[in-house]
Amino acid sequence: MSVNPTTTSEAYQAVQASEEFQTLRKKFRSFVFPTTAFFLAWYFLYVLLSIFAPKFMGTKVFGNITIGLIFGLGQFVTTFVITFIYARWANRQFDPLADAIGRRLDGGTEH
Amino acid sequence: MINLVTAETAKYGSPTLNIAIFAIFVAVTLGIVIKVAAGKKTAGEYYTAGGAFSGKQNGIAIAGDYLSAASFLGIAGAIALQGYDGFLYSIGFLVAWLVALLLVAELMRNTGRFTMADVLSYRLRQRPVRIAVSCSVLAVSFFYLLAQMAGAGGLVSLLLGVSGEAAQNLVIAVVGVVMVLYVLIGGMKGTTWVQIIKAILLIFAAFIMSVWVLAKYGFNISSLFQGAVDTTAASANAKTAANAEHLLTPGLKYGLNMTTKIDFISLSLALVLGTAGLPHVLQRFYTVPTSKQARKSVEWAIWLIGGFYLLTLTIGFGAGALVGPDKIAAAPGKANAAAPLLAYELGGSVLLGVVAGIAFATILAVVAGLTITSSATFAHDLYKEVFKKGKTTQEAEVRVARIAALAIGAVAIFGGMFAKSQNIAFLVALAFAVAASANLPTILYSLFWKRFNTRGALWSIYGGLLSSIILIFFSPVVSGKPADPKTGLSASMITDPSIDFHWFPLDNPGLISIPLAFFLGWLGSVTSKEFDAGKYAEMEVRSLTGHGVAEALEH
Repeated sequence: MSVNPTTTSEAYQAVQASEEFQTLRKKFRSFVFPTTAFFLAWYFLYVLLSIFAPKFMGTKVFGNITIGLIFGLGQFVTTFVITFIYARWANRQFDPLADAIGRRLDGGTEH
Repeated sequence: MINLVTAETAKYGSPTLNIAIFAIFVAVTLGIVIKVAAGKKTAGEYYTAGGAFSGKQNGIAIAGDYLSAASFLGIAGAIALQGYDGFLYSIGFLVAWLVALLLVAELMRNTGRFTMADVLSYRLRQRPVRIAVSCSVLAVSFFYLLAQMAGAGGLVSLLLGVSGEAAQNLVIAVVGVVMVLYVLIGGMKGTTWVQIIKAILLIFAAFIMSVWVLAKYGFNISSLFQGAVDTTAASANAKTAANAEHLLTPGLKYGLNMTTKIDFISLSLALVLGTAGLPHVLQRFYTVPTSKQARKSVEWAIWLIGGFYLLTLTIGFGAGALVGPDKIAAAPGKANAAAPLLAYELGGSVLLGVVAGIAFATILAVVAGLTITSSATFAHDLYKEVFKKGKTTQEAEVRVARIAALAIGAVAIFGGMFAKSQNIAFLVALAFAVAASANLPTILYSLFWKRFNTRGALWSIYGGLLSSIILIFFSPVVSGKPADPKTGLSASMITDPSIDFHWFPLDNPGLISIPLAFFLGWLGSVTSKEFDAGKYAEMEVRSLTGHGVAEALEH
């Protein structure tokens, strides 16, 4: 059982209103929201082109490799790249800030 | 006709070998489950393995959970028969993981302990929200469960050389009983280990098959595609042969007319937004200790799932080239048989046996995960929080969870027997559509929108749940698809073509039900004044900083 004093809701509200937390929140949202908008737009562009422009997507670039296939493999590439960039960003930029705020809430006592 | 099918079936592999490999898998995994996880459990151990897995282990287990029979056998078959359109289908399943990575996984890990409802009811009124979330969790899990059990029934006829009703029912019952054993003995810890073992075997087998196929075509993917086109062009069926060159271009399945085109957009929306709303996937984020490990889990899951779908591309075209559409269409299980038949073509009975064993293991593991999630919903949300108002002991809660697991096992077995002739892909698409409509809007609103409140949650959950189910009920998947000229049967769930009560033109409801659920969530929230500033601050601070997670784990 935990013997930590439960953090009060006033303490949470104080942290939420603090400048550090607002910066953290802004940092997080300004990374994930545009990225989400980008990959959704890119994915639906691919879907819509496949559905409404099959001739274009079926154009052979070399051998039997079509534009559509390259677009499709491009979806894999962007998914992998976004995953990699996000993880790096979160580990290096986001975590240190988030951890600092979390530690302050505990009043600096480690448990 | 019956004889022909049986004769055809008997040609592929050795049923005894298939059963033996499956039995070995069950024996080994049950042994491991007993070794790692037997004994009495706290609620935390039963639902989430005490949050003790590492991100890497959990990521592999997530891949194991997600690469279900429908996505492994179904996508390989779709690529073999429809080429590009099958590939297009697989991409939605992958891209969907970015929603989980960026918006859902870490924040859920930081604010919940055992179930999805923990997060959604955090700053809202507990009882009504938990009841609503439980309804949608159970609905999604039920459809997903039926899909897996239906898959088990369909596989049997191919892999064991039996096509009789009784034999299929027997196999479904065996799968159900073994699954319940995993869950009762091992809880989340045992189930997770089964997922990990299965994922490694599945990815390894897919890797071997892909390399084998590519080796046959001099590691030239373009020649492999040509092979599939050539084999298809040589088909005895004139219609199939005429489609050969369309394998490499979009449109073979979804490009027929405007309705199929819009239907595919609707399906894509459900796939991309549904994954992050699947309760059994979300439950997996609680098996790791911190949000950093949850992030790592999703990273691993994306690498493995993405890599696997790339392998599926070669397996699908390999099946199209080396097995050919005629044999696939003639096999029991049709498109689902493409990957197993390719295994037989490449490595004979032994490789078929291995792939068959893995396919069964896949179903077993996924069903076990679904059962844990549903039993957690029964015991933690409905029994403890709603019925007992939070006042109960751990022992009682775990006992209820175990009883629920038994009951769900029974539902899975009987449901599977009933649903075994149903189209697996349809059932899975249904689960994704309900998850994307009933769960995801509320998850996103409660994590990101300050103004969100109980009325918004209830309207969104019930609105999304009901609208998606009602639209499906009145869609062509249930009734009214044109009759097949050969058999005189409709391709709908109700095969009698004279019964037709559909009025919704699309197979997939997502295009309507997902925006509707988002709209209802907004409307409900702005028409209600409820707002708990303290709880909101607590949830937001915890979700971003992970504060309080360590304490919650010590209980």
